[in-house]
Amino acid sequence: MSEQLWPLYEVFIRTRGGLSHRHAGSVHAADDQMALDHARDTYTRRNEGVSLWVVRSDRIVASDPAETASFFEPAEDKIYRHPTFYDIPDGVENL
Amino acid sequence: MYTQGLDQAGKNEPGNKDQETAEQLAAFQARIDAEEKIEAKDWMPEAYRRTLVRQISQHAHSEIIGMQPEGNWLTRAPSLKRKAILLAKVQDEAGHGLYLYSAAETLGVSRDRMVADLLSGKAKYSSIFNYPTLSWADIGAIGWLVDGAAIMNQIPLCRCSYGPYARAMVRVCKEESFHQRQGFEIMLTLCRGTEEQKAMAQDALNRFWWPSLMMFGPNDSNSTHSAQSMAWKIKRFSNDELRQKFVDITVRQADFLGLRVPDDNLAFNDETGHYEFSEIDWQEFFDVVAGNGPCNSQRMAKRRKAHEDGAWVREAARAYADKRAAQAAA
Repeated sequence: MSEQLWPLYEVFIRTRGGLSHRHAGSVHAADDQMALDHARDTYTRRNEGVSLWVVRSDRIVASDPAETASFFEPAEDKIYRHPTFYDIPDGVENL
Repeated sequence: MYTQGLDQAGKNEPGNKDQETAEQLAAFQARIDAEEKIEAKDWMPEAYRRTLVRQISQHAHSEIIGMQPEGNWLTRAPSLKRKAILLAKVQDEAGHGLYLYSAAETLGVSRDRMVADLLSGKAKYSSIFNYPTLSWADIGAIGWLVDGAAIMNQIPLCRCSYGPYARAMVRVCKEESFHQRQGFEIMLTLCRGTEEQKAMAQDALNRFWWPSLMMFGPNDSNSTHSAQSMAWKIKRFSNDELRQKFVDITVRQADFLGLRVPDDNLAFNDETGHYEFSEIDWQEFFDVVAGNGPCNSQRMAKRRKAHEDGAWVREAARAYADKRAAQAAA
């Protein structure tokens, strides 16, 4: 008997209103609704969430860890984007 | 829990070692030494990946098989409250298995492959689950001792160098604490009950004490994987260190219950501040690991049957999903 594997879904939980969804793990499910049910039963048995997202793992587009340095390089030399780059003389307030 | 390093078979498997350069390995070790977490798609030595797949999947299998000894008492729990609690605990074990399979899958091994290895007997699970649960007191002893030993093992794993495993362990540890407390409470209730009930508690301790100490795995001098796992920060403490810690705290809890730890040589050493205890019966340990424990064949038979009995459900869910997808497309 050869079985076809149920696809993998990544699970994201919003733990309470006001916070963003955060990755918790993954589940296998035959379809989207089952993925939500499995995610609920696996990751929120103790009221850990008020909202769940599930997304097919193969639909996620991710940056390549091997390319991390070059991929994020454009931000490296732009320290003027940070407020600490600027010297403000003593005596200037509310800035 | 359940990371006894039982499955030594993989250690001589050929990997892609030839393609690993000294620079890569040194850079990897530097990341580990700097306490950086390794994530799923990061470069890692093949042996690191294989060690983790073995350890995490073995851990997951242990959680899944671990449902059986306790499941044995679900229909005979002494009250509705105890039954509801035990059911929640067994569900947690299933959940822990699933967190761990999920973590292992990030290393590129499929769920199917892991399940197949468990069912074929190729993959191992913790020796502790091959002991029978003969009385209700055993449910107390498992929560108190087995989950207690598990926690001792698992807390350091929350700082494991592999991110997905460490995060799964944080989740597991939060839940294990309930398990251990409910077990201790069962023991306490029995110990404060009739003479007969207290005798049940003592009998459970007698049978589960030594198998619980075996959960920490072989002595450090005989533990093949330990040194490398420590260097990779998969493991933070040695088997013997964790075992000693467990004995030191558990003996005091047994005293509180008024129970006797079944070891004539147990004695507190004022100089070291630790309890000394007898040598473990390693022959028994190796026999159970080799498949000759009291319940090995029963556990495997039940697991295989559950998998086979569930096949039509998996097929039906798949067929339903396909039909719905076809309808949506039409």
